[in-house]
Amino acid sequence: MPLSIELSKPKQRESLNKRHFKAKIFARFCACVTWMGTALLLILLYQIFSDGLSWLDWDFLNNFPSRFPERAGIKSALAGTIWLISLVAVFAIPVGVATAIYIEEFSKKNLLSRIIELNISNLAGVPSIVYGIIGLTIFVRGLSLERSLISGALTMSLLILPVIIIASIEAIKTVPISIRSAAFALGATRWQTVWSHVLPASFPGILTGVILALSRAIGETAPLLMIGALTYVAFVPEGPMDSFTALPIQIFNWVSRPQEEFHQLAAAAIIVLLTVLLAMNSVAIFVRHKMEKKLQ
Amino acid sequence: MNSQQMRKNDTAEVVAISEDERILGIDDVTICYSDNPAVKNVSFDIARNKITSIIGPSGCGKSTLLRSLNRMNEFISEVSLKGRVSFDGQDLYAKSVDPVEVRQHIGMVFQKPNPFPKSIYKNVSWGPTVNQYDGSIPELVERSLKQASLWNEVKDRLNDSALGLSGGQQQRLCIARALAIEPTVLLMDEPCSALDPISTAHIENLMYDLKSRYTIVIVTHNMQQAARVSDYTAFMEMGNLIEFGETDQIFTRPQKKRTEEYVTGRFG
Amino acid sequence: MTTPAVHLKSISKGRVRWLEPLIHSGLGFCTLISIITTATIVFVLAKESFGFFQEIAPSEFFFGTSWVPMFKPSSFGVLPLLWGTLIVTFGAALISIPIGLASAIYLSEYASAGKRAVIKPLLELLAGIPTVVYGYFALTFITPALKVVFPDLQVFNALSGAVVVGVMVLPMIATLSDNALKAVPDSLRQGAYALGATSYEVTSQVVVPAGLSGVMASFILAISRAIGETMAVTLAAGATPNLSFTFLESIQTMTAYIVQVSMGDTPAGGVAYQTMFAVAGLLFVITLTLNIISQWILERYREVYQ
Repeated sequence: MPLSIELSKPKQRESLNKRHFKAKIFARFCACVTWMGTALLLILLYQIFSDGLSWLDWDFLNNFPSRFPERAGIKSALAGTIWLISLVAVFAIPVGVATAIYIEEFSKKNLLSRIIELNISNLAGVPSIVYGIIGLTIFVRGLSLERSLISGALTMSLLILPVIIIASIEAIKTVPISIRSAAFALGATRWQTVWSHVLPASFPGILTGVILALSRAIGETAPLLMIGALTYVAFVPEGPMDSFTALPIQIFNWVSRPQEEFHQLAAAAIIVLLTVLLAMNSVAIFVRHKMEKKLQ
Repeated sequence: MNSQQMRKNDTAEVVAISEDERILGIDDVTICYSDNPAVKNVSFDIARNKITSIIGPSGCGKSTLLRSLNRMNEFISEVSLKGRVSFDGQDLYAKSVDPVEVRQHIGMVFQKPNPFPKSIYKNVSWGPTVNQYDGSIPELVERSLKQASLWNEVKDRLNDSALGLSGGQQQRLCIARALAIEPTVLLMDEPCSALDPISTAHIENLMYDLKSRYTIVIVTHNMQQAARVSDYTAFMEMGNLIEFGETDQIFTRPQKKRTEEYVTGRFG
Repeated sequence: MTTPAVHLKSISKGRVRWLEPLIHSGLGFCTLISIITTATIVFVLAKESFGFFQEIAPSEFFFGTSWVPMFKPSSFGVLPLLWGTLIVTFGAALISIPIGLASAIYLSEYASAGKRAVIKPLLELLAGIPTVVYGYFALTFITPALKVVFPDLQVFNALSGAVVVGVMVLPMIATLSDNALKAVPDSLRQGAYALGATSYEVTSQVVVPAGLSGVMASFILAISRAIGETMAVTLAAGATPNLSFTFLESIQTMTAYIVQVSMGDTPAGGVAYQTMFAVAGLLFVITLTLNIISQWILERYREVYQ
């Protein structure tokens, strides 16, 4: 005797309809909420550009900060940021990559290495302001480096070191073991294997991680405030021992003021900052794409 | 009771199933993944309360065909189906048909056991709960586990995690889970291929017992298994149905040369 | 005919013999730096906090309800700061957790590959925006927008702080939860759908519970990040320690206080200066605990699917 499925009892049909309705609402809700988040990003960008674009001109890039908005510029801040990132790169990249190499290639997988890795992931989660306090206590006061670029750079290096280490470890982990085995079989030492085979293979991953870490460092404000980056700097730093200011500090300073013009100046500086970050992230994404293409 | 007529289906040799015997009808079905046909113009019927097996070498489209019977292919993008799949005479792919409802009547057991990371009890009770079963669920769980021949082994630890069971037990749990929604047809996609021989034998015995209540369609690449358990067998190769008929006949007196070559192990 | 003896060339080996251990030590030394960093953090915070607690009783610090360290009569109860951090974090979690999770569900269960390819980079972009930019956003957009709904809103207020921090950690929750949900094997979804269930039922009752440890870990990490957040919350919420149930007024978080001390003229070495370390120590302990909990959840409850 034929069963009929479409003609299921009205009660069953009704409950199925209810369930489908629920599923539809849920899917719509999730989609809506997600696009809302992206809309927020667009609002943010619109706000920044509408406020700041008109203030963005060559004078702006070439002037020092001033009490008068029309004459204010980010020359010192930009110079400070460039100096800072260069120094941070010099300190953090070799140490970070070296640590990753040591952990992945040279150390035995025992309790000690486990503790080291745990330690690094905990360091990654420490608030940036705590790094600022350490910078203040150790570099500025302890080593008497004063409120200089080098204090700032060392503090920032400590901050992004865990990020570089973790990214480099991930990159090194993706290199297949067979590459190492082949090198060893040819009589290479561990370091020769790393230098000639593992590092080149993991280079794109490491580069991506380094760029992302540096872009994080560019945007950080709290640690610099703690070590005493000045907020009114009318000169370009000439050496690592000079005092300095940086873009995020300048932005913070201008946003803190009540006058509308300074908020708009801040927006202009933000445009510069975001442009630099966008450029750096684009390079990282480009490198990652090329790397993925290569693996295919 | 069966009217046996040799019917030519393109070049396939197909035994026809009479209308009151037939529970599922596959009529000139072609299934494509982004314009690449995986199943081509296949037609045969599934008989009620019998075990039908679909055999053939890897990649011949048997799993794809099986999954089309309960509209599980729809989770893969770019899949298209031409032809007609009917359940009790009704077109399963008609616009008015709800795929969720189809799956309440046609259940599925998968190749690798995939129990939920929940308790044994919850695994079996989840399906009927979600489908708003209005009866006693504990009784339903016990009944399903008994039908799947797993009750005695788990009755004292229903709240333990399903992941603590052995492979064979997990697969029987998945069978119990599928039976708990009280389907008419049970589709099984190579249910024993990930299991050891003892578990396999256990499940084959199970199928025999289940036949009286359910219709079973099983895809298997193990010919001996098909010969042991099924009443009807369909042999596919490269998306085409080569031959369909009663299992004895397929294995002892195959009508097509290709079928004979496959069942005697000359390839595949 | 005798085969000539083979002499293994060991020219390069000579140099390598002393270079290799040297490099090994060099790398090891670099690794040491990360350990030294942690040790330094703990040492500095502990030492100064210890000095602080010589002057101020711990009970006053942990249970006092008035925070006036800089002026006379001074009091050193950290509760107002803790409270400020708490309500900002709580509000941020209230916003970011549902929205972040919903976004993750959309990304992993509903969005097509094309949409995913657009949204995921946008989320990464949002995550990469510096916090000071969010502070700017709070003052120029969020607070004015909220003022429309709450006319009594002050310029600096806890609500703006909560909203802006919520928006900041949202991408983090979305990305990490999406990773967790994507890691749930497809076979589980298939098994659930084959039982005649709808997408809502499969997602909420099978997929999310299966990926729960990763999802919960993302929540905790986001909360830890929110607690440690400084710039956006300083700009949005202000610098007035306040222990009332107030969302519309200015409050001060622990992080904002630390910034305030360092920017001021507090003489080094005095009790007022040491408050910075005591508060930072408390902050460090809280975030460290949360981070360890999230790691523990990931380890202990790592879903075994087979």
